[in-house]
Amino acid sequence: MQDKSIDVNYVADLARLELTEDECERFSEQLNKVIDFIKQLEKLETDSIEPMAHASPVYDVMRDDVSRPGFGTDTALLNAPMTSNNQFKVTRVVES
Amino acid sequence: MQYITTIGLEVHVQLKTQSKMFCSCPVGFGDEPNKNTCPTCLGLPGALPVLNRGAIERTVLAGIMLGCETPPISKWDRKNYFYPDMPKNYQISQFDLPLCLGGGVLLYDHCYPKDAQKDIEESGKEIGLTRIHLEEDVAKSTHSSNGTSIDFNRAGTPLMEIVSEPEITSPEEAFAYLNSLRQILIYGDLSDADMEKGQMRCDVNVSVRPDSQEELGVKIELKNMNSVSAVRRALHYEISRQIRVVKEGGELVQSTRRWDDDIGETQQMRIKEDAHDYRYFPDPDLLPVKTEDVIKKMRLQVPELPHQKAKRFVRDFSVSEYDASVLSSDRDLALYFEETANESEAKKKVANWVINNVLAVLNERDLKVAQCPVSPSKLALIIKMVESGKISNNQAKEIFAVLFDNPDKDPDAIITELGFEPADSNLIESIVEEVVSNNPEKVKEIQEGNDKLINWLTGQVMKASKGKANPKIIGDLLRKKIL
Ligand SMILES: [Zn+2]
Repeated sequence: MQDKSIDVNYVADLARLELTEDECERFSEQLNKVIDFIKQLEKLETDSIEPMAHASPVYDVMRDDVSRPGFGTDTALLNAPMTSNNQFKVTRVVES
Repeated sequence: MQYITTIGLEVHVQLKTQSKMFCSCPVGFGDEPNKNTCPTCLGLPGALPVLNRGAIERTVLAGIMLGCETPPISKWDRKNYFYPDMPKNYQISQFDLPLCLGGGVLLYDHCYPKDAQKDIEESGKEIGLTRIHLEEDVAKSTHSSNGTSIDFNRAGTPLMEIVSEPEITSPEEAFAYLNSLRQILIYGDLSDADMEKGQMRCDVNVSVRPDSQEELGVKIELKNMNSVSAVRRALHYEISRQIRVVKEGGELVQSTRRWDDDIGETQQMRIKEDAHDYRYFPDPDLLPVKTEDVIKKMRLQVPELPHQKAKRFVRDFSVSEYDASVLSSDRDLALYFEETANESEAKKKVANWVINNVLAVLNERDLKVAQCPVSPSKLALIIKMVESGKISNNQAKEIFAVLFDNPDKDPDAIITELGFEPADSNLIESIVEEVVSNNPEKVKEIQEGNDKLINWLTGQVMKASKGKANPKIIGDLLRKKIL
């Protein structure tokens, strides 16, 4: 496991969160404690333990490929703050 | 100085399922915007995804057809990013345990651009695959000056991402790779894979380096190519541009460029400071898949691949290798040929007929093979009539043309209508006698073993009968007379 302490500013940026300097410091301390807690796992002997792909040991929950009608346009757009030509309208997203 | 080009392709393919990847909304094209949506594919809070078995099976089948390995357990991960075409702010994808690993795409000769088929650098080359994973397609956004409009009908469509190793070395190979891959996907009935309809999309990574240099050049990504030919054009442009920059002592920067097919140029979109940090993590909403049973089931459904079909046509139907590759290049064409050949003794003739006559008429009318109105059994019947000497090849073509517009008509009735009654056999025999007595030297040569001259004599009889006689019958008559 990596030994670096967490870069809260960077993670907040990825999550589109704006944090004050104070919050940054506080969360840094808290999150590093969480990481330290998880680090206890490193002390365990895990060589003979099979890795898990999911926390729950259940597999293959699937449905058959059968379709059923969706909402329909009007219902789908009920929550939309803005619409245009039966579409959700958002502020222009420019390919940066 | 020579430059080496290195190309890798990431191809996204929409699977031909009934329903979406994680919900039961219908998959389709051209419906009213946002009609085929539900809380899951709209990304509403609290909605839970459920795996589509059909999409997983199709991806595993693609893997088997392309020689991939499938790990015993495959799982689902979240790829995090912010964009309005994916409102839950992550795309469900696969990170470390995709459905397929390895494998390769065999480049078929007939899949190269027509003008480049004569000088294929490495015939039979196989391009290695890194992986194939399954994910959800995003919504379709349309940008205008006053905003962006979003239609979620496409959101959640099962999408296979097929990633190649950087083993492609020319625009022509990239072209052949896409066409060969497309053919295999169509053979497996996995996707219609039409780039112009957005069912198959492709991002290209390309770099150049002087041949004296060991390490790869700076990788540049190309986007927005809407056809296989556009990929070839974009690569030709970009490779020359990169070589020019390097030659002039300039420096290439890792970046993404957008291809503009109208002006024929790539343009800088963004420079990549870091690789995107998607913070992949396992999706707790979805349980992993044990693949053993899926693989067992799909192994039974593996269709014959184009090159295997071609081999079988050569072996079982004595068709030439070239004809076999043409016939197997299109699944429907192969099917049409095979159905006709199965009802006919003259398999080679059937191949000639399908390639030279049927395809020509279809092309003329801009129709696909599946739309051919003349049934394989009627075609087999016409060919049989030619073989038995009832009609000539040219007459058969005319009958085929009539059948094309009146597929229910009986070929025999058409023969009567067109007045193609077989030429009077007495008349033919007298012409044969005449030709034989007029050409004593040729006859002597034939008797001495020059069998090829029979064809020449046959031609003379044909001419005299004004094409009404059947060359096969004339040949038999001549042999009887002379030998
Ligand atoms: Zn849905």
